[in-house]
Amino acid sequence: MQTVIKRLKINDVEREIDATPEMRLLDLLRSQLKLTGTKEGCGEGECGACSMLLNGEVIDSCLMLVGQLKDGDEILTVEGLGDVDHLSPLQECFVHEGGAQCGICTPGMLMAAHALLRKNPRPTREEIATAISGNLCRCTGYVKIIDAIEKASQASKAGKVRKGKG
Amino acid sequence: MTFAYNRPPNIPEALALMTASPGTFPVLAGGTDLIVQWRSGIIKLDGVIDISELAQLRGISVTDEGVEIGALATHAEIAANGVVAQRFPSLATACLSIGGPQIQNRGTIGGNVMNASPAGDTLPVLLAHDADFLAQDLTGERWIPAREFFVGYRKTALKPQELLTRIRIRMPDTKERGSFLKVGARRAQAISKVSLCVRGRIRHGGVDWIKIAVGSVAPTPIRAPGTEALLTGKVITDSMIELARNSLADEVFPIDDIRSTADYRRFAAGGLLARYLREMTSRA
Repeated sequence: MQTVIKRLKINDVEREIDATPEMRLLDLLRSQLKLTGTKEGCGEGECGACSMLLNGEVIDSCLMLVGQLKDGDEILTVEGLGDVDHLSPLQECFVHEGGAQCGICTPGMLMAAHALLRKNPRPTREEIATAISGNLCRCTGYVKIIDAIEKASQASKAGKVRKGKG
Repeated sequence: MTFAYNRPPNIPEALALMTASPGTFPVLAGGTDLIVQWRSGIIKLDGVIDISELAQLRGISVTDEGVEIGALATHAEIAANGVVAQRFPSLATACLSIGGPQIQNRGTIGGNVMNASPAGDTLPVLLAHDADFLAQDLTGERWIPAREFFVGYRKTALKPQELLTRIRIRMPDTKERGSFLKVGARRAQAISKVSLCVRGRIRHGGVDWIKIAVGSVAPTPIRAPGTEALLTGKVITDSMIELARNSLADEVFPIDDIRSTADYRRFAAGGLLARYLREMTSRA
């Protein structure tokens, strides 16, 4: 089996990965690197559950192949935002506003929201809705998710939610 | 069998691969269509030609005559371009109606064009603007006009060994009004039931000229020359809007499928045109 070696920065840690180029980025993260925070929903770019940031832009990791990565690419997954003991302000707001119910969409929602707040720390509700328009949620009806992101943007003194470590 | 993952470092090597085994390995750009088709079993893949290293295919350049968009420009890049937003708002609107942010960050205009789906959102815009497509192979390059480009269902005028490199759109008339309108099940993440790009110069309620292109109503995106001719030189009155609506409904030839019905698509195509015409007259 032909594999490729890529030097990536994953959640702020430099890592060298060795994988088949036709493997999906999603599978690299979940199966090979055991970063299972990222979820697979539809596997065809409809639901956004597998969202992560590639060089600061939100993408669906089910629609990207390892071969398409370049050395030096920076990947941020939900594990890079915070952990159970150290939630990022954005994650805290999802908890307090009831922005998560069953939870399958939550990592993707967090990443789409994080991508928005990096560029636009004070978004309007309309801008928030547009930013999460590539993420489907079947429980919340979106209102509480938008509330959570809005709260996070108000709570953060520009920068607090913006950095990888939150 | 090993998957043949080709990632040529420059255009000549990409063209050499395409010439060596024409049509064997599809070109991979953003992957937002190709990977879906592969994973869902619609197509079989033994390998790809990944063109993402080809820096010459990126970027958007502006000249006095118009804009040239590299085949690898993403929907997000195009929508964020100041000149596109100002002079080609219908193109920016179309790019922002494709999927959601995740798809717009990866999907490319060249991919949207080469996928050649009748529902491709940028295609009616490119048709209505009489865009030209630059195709390159080892022997040279040639410009193909939009009207000759989409030759059948998911089929383009490109030969298997040709690579789409750039798209050229002439600067529109500063007095024209253009619009991209789409009907889908929801605002984001929806493939269109019908899409429409209209451009026109409307003065004192009269139509100097008008160009109409429609998506998802035929095997390819199409122009509506009959309805364009009907409207040209006419004053837009309520009865003229009704005539134009019926004319467009007659001119398209949609099918029933999972997203919609032929009847609804005919009705909605006419309705979108009527909406544009009403907006133009209330502004004039």
